[in-house]
Amino acid sequence: MEAIQFTLNGKSVQYDGSAADRLLDVLRDAYRCTSVKCGCKEGECGACSVLLDGKLINSCCVAMGAVQGSEIVTLEGYRETARFAVLDKAFAEISAVQCGFCIPGMVLASEAILAANPHPTEAEVRVGISGNLCRCTGYNAIVTAIMNASKEGNGLW
Amino acid sequence: MEKISQSVVKKDHAPKMSGRSMYVCDIDRHGILCGKMLRSKYAKAKLLAVHLPELPDGYYYVDRNDVPGDNNVNIVMDDTPVYARETVEYIGEPIGMVCGPEESVCEEILSKIQVDYEELEPVLDLRRADEAFFNYEYGKGDPDRAFAEADKVYEEEFETGYQDQTYLETQGMMAEPEEGGRMFVHGSMQCAYYVHGAVMRALGCGPADVHVHQDVTGGGFGGKEAFPSILGCQVAVAAKKAGRPVRCVFGRREDLEFTSKRHPSLCTYKAAVKDGKVTAMDIDVKFNAGAYTTLSAVVLQRGIICADGVYNIENLHVHGRALKTNTTPSGAYRGFGAPQTFFAVEMMMDHIAKDLGQDTLEFKERHLVRQGDRTSTSGVYHFPVPIPAMIDEVDRACNFRVKHREYAKPQSGRYRRGIGMSMHFHGAGFTGSGERDFIKAVVRLRKYKDGSVEILAANGEIGQGLRTTFPKIVAHELNLPLEKVFFDHPDTSRVPDSGPTVASRSLMTVGELLRRAAIKLRTEWEDGKDQIVEERYTEPDFMIPFYLDKFQGDAYPTYAWGVQAIEVEADTYTGISKILGAYASFDVGTPMDYNIVMGQMEGGFLQGIGYSSIEYMDYDAKGRIRNNSFSDYLIPTSMDVPKLNCQLHVEKYPFGPYGAKGAGELPLVGAPGAYVEAVEQALGGGIRLNHAPFTAEDTIKALMKEEA
Repeated sequence: MEAIQFTLNGKSVQYDGSAADRLLDVLRDAYRCTSVKCGCKEGECGACSVLLDGKLINSCCVAMGAVQGSEIVTLEGYRETARFAVLDKAFAEISAVQCGFCIPGMVLASEAILAANPHPTEAEVRVGISGNLCRCTGYNAIVTAIMNASKEGNGLW
Repeated sequence: MEKISQSVVKKDHAPKMSGRSMYVCDIDRHGILCGKMLRSKYAKAKLLAVHLPELPDGYYYVDRNDVPGDNNVNIVMDDTPVYARETVEYIGEPIGMVCGPEESVCEEILSKIQVDYEELEPVLDLRRADEAFFNYEYGKGDPDRAFAEADKVYEEEFETGYQDQTYLETQGMMAEPEEGGRMFVHGSMQCAYYVHGAVMRALGCGPADVHVHQDVTGGGFGGKEAFPSILGCQVAVAAKKAGRPVRCVFGRREDLEFTSKRHPSLCTYKAAVKDGKVTAMDIDVKFNAGAYTTLSAVVLQRGIICADGVYNIENLHVHGRALKTNTTPSGAYRGFGAPQTFFAVEMMMDHIAKDLGQDTLEFKERHLVRQGDRTSTSGVYHFPVPIPAMIDEVDRACNFRVKHREYAKPQSGRYRRGIGMSMHFHGAGFTGSGERDFIKAVVRLRKYKDGSVEILAANGEIGQGLRTTFPKIVAHELNLPLEKVFFDHPDTSRVPDSGPTVASRSLMTVGELLRRAAIKLRTEWEDGKDQIVEERYTEPDFMIPFYLDKFQGDAYPTYAWGVQAIEVEADTYTGISKILGAYASFDVGTPMDYNIVMGQMEGGFLQGIGYSSIEYMDYDAKGRIRNNSFSDYLIPTSMDVPKLNCQLHVEKYPFGPYGAKGAGELPLVGAPGAYVEAVEQALGGGIRLNHAPFTAEDTIKALMKEEA
């Protein structure tokens, strides 16, 4: 079998392992993208969310074969962007980060929401992060942070 | 707002937000052995033999025969084994561990191990359980006389189910042998010194031969209070045998099934009513402790002390038992026994009021305790009880009284509304004389030559903000910029034992010690010098000594207070109760950081809503927990609730730092009472609800029963 080629955080990479390997495991083990967390390994919690061609997906439910030719963004790449800086400030100002384990997934979910709709309503934000479980915050602060980022980042999305 | 309450950017914000924080699962796996548990298939059985396949090079099997010290985990008692003894006592009990470089190979080995069991009859039904691990009884006044003189006597049974902490990061611990024979144990935990004491005992070594470090921890909520002591011993024994680092990180299903969770409860309340007032209660509390005692003694103590709620019941008899069943041992979860009894007493008061034809809120208000009243254990509420003002605050936020009267009228049609309110407290800090007699907290401040100050304390940041609030206190007292004061995750080789990260005690108790230490450092401060100051716990002298044998005295120095209201719309076709609003006022004293405290209040409130409504977990006829994944153990998502409306009511505690009281647990405690009362009102008629969680299925069942 030929190596699987894809783009990871802007860099072209080749994966030599099995096409049946789990994207989550490959990102963590082979590429050491440890921001991608494992919370359940069955697509329920969103801790392993990454962007695949701009779409938010649970990397635990994607086999490497499906990644061929696509573009994957994890927080390791996204944190270098101006959009991240806006989210970072918004999350910081309201202390929306508690234990931190859901946060990498939440940040990428925020990006997916705002990329599709730069000025979402609160209800739309709640739908957008509904695949990402957070046990600490009760979601208030996270929702507020995303709404604030949408205002502050006017023009970026 | 006071200066100390003004929010700052949390010290752990940047590494967590950017995904740079390293949790124990994130450490590169190369050079580390992966540990996988061999677990019991039966709820009770004699272990006859374990047949191992031939192990490849570099792979190990570890069990009780490998424990160099004592095969008992040091918790409150020591009946929990490191690895199973001659019998297994619940499904999933660890018999041994396979460890080696590749996870898949470990799993293959596990699948080939054969265990011979002799099955024994397990005890699974709490109602039939007869082995009481703990059995407490106390009272006050003359309940016999009050019952004899009553106009009417009420009796009702209340049940609550399991609740799993469901921290997003599952349990994970790692042990690394160091040069000179020392063992380094680290991972996801709340209480580094608990793990230290337990590992020392399992390895049969001295305090200097083990050190324990808390890694970045992805949530605890009580679930990482005692459990990491067990897992810490298991990996330490494995690392000792293999002479290599061993890490064991649980999968979600493994974590949901086999780690400790909130005690299911069965409470029977009997109340005497005379001239429209409750004059006595006789309360029987049963907690399902599971197979080993872990923290059940202290969970039960807190639960029964709260059994009469925020009400002044002058004649009281309380009997509480933590009963053994052959199930996963129950343990600590935010609220620690109190959510169960507060639910029961709130529903009991609600039902009595309804029977008497009175407004439930007004009935409860007539029974509220006040400053100076005696507590259930004949201590005193030394400080003001702000519940009446807090009821008004919540009423203003949601128009409670008007809605409550409106929804009480008969409703028809598919959608019906209800609103419920509950009141509660959380006794701040350890129960009884725990701080004075057992914990004896010590903290230190280390000042470096450059004028920066390090906090040396054993409490762990688990998301609640300690890495920020502890430094805020010290920086405030020393008049330093916050950047100059830092607090890292504790390592027992560097920090004194300031006690565990539990019981909403860290800020109130340890924070106050840090404040006093900072004052000491301020007076001794010399520029350009390394300096260390130390501070030790002393009990406030206003307290009435608590005697555990009699359950008499001040069980807590002070109380945090909560009033919560939940409004629902029940769909009588689907049974789903949509939450229209969730409102609360919480008094945790002075907030040490407004955003951080609000984050605790909102997060805790939502966990309480989950506990009340959708978080259903139970075991089957063989004793196996059925709800072991996120598809059948449901925790709230962002779409299950609207924005939670929480406000802070500040009643300062003079012995906490700047007036702070315990905070973390409080907001969970009252939610079940408020939610189930709301659903009960929506369903209307003569329906009386008496268990939590109250799920959509339960609503349909209640409606069908009503129609029949």
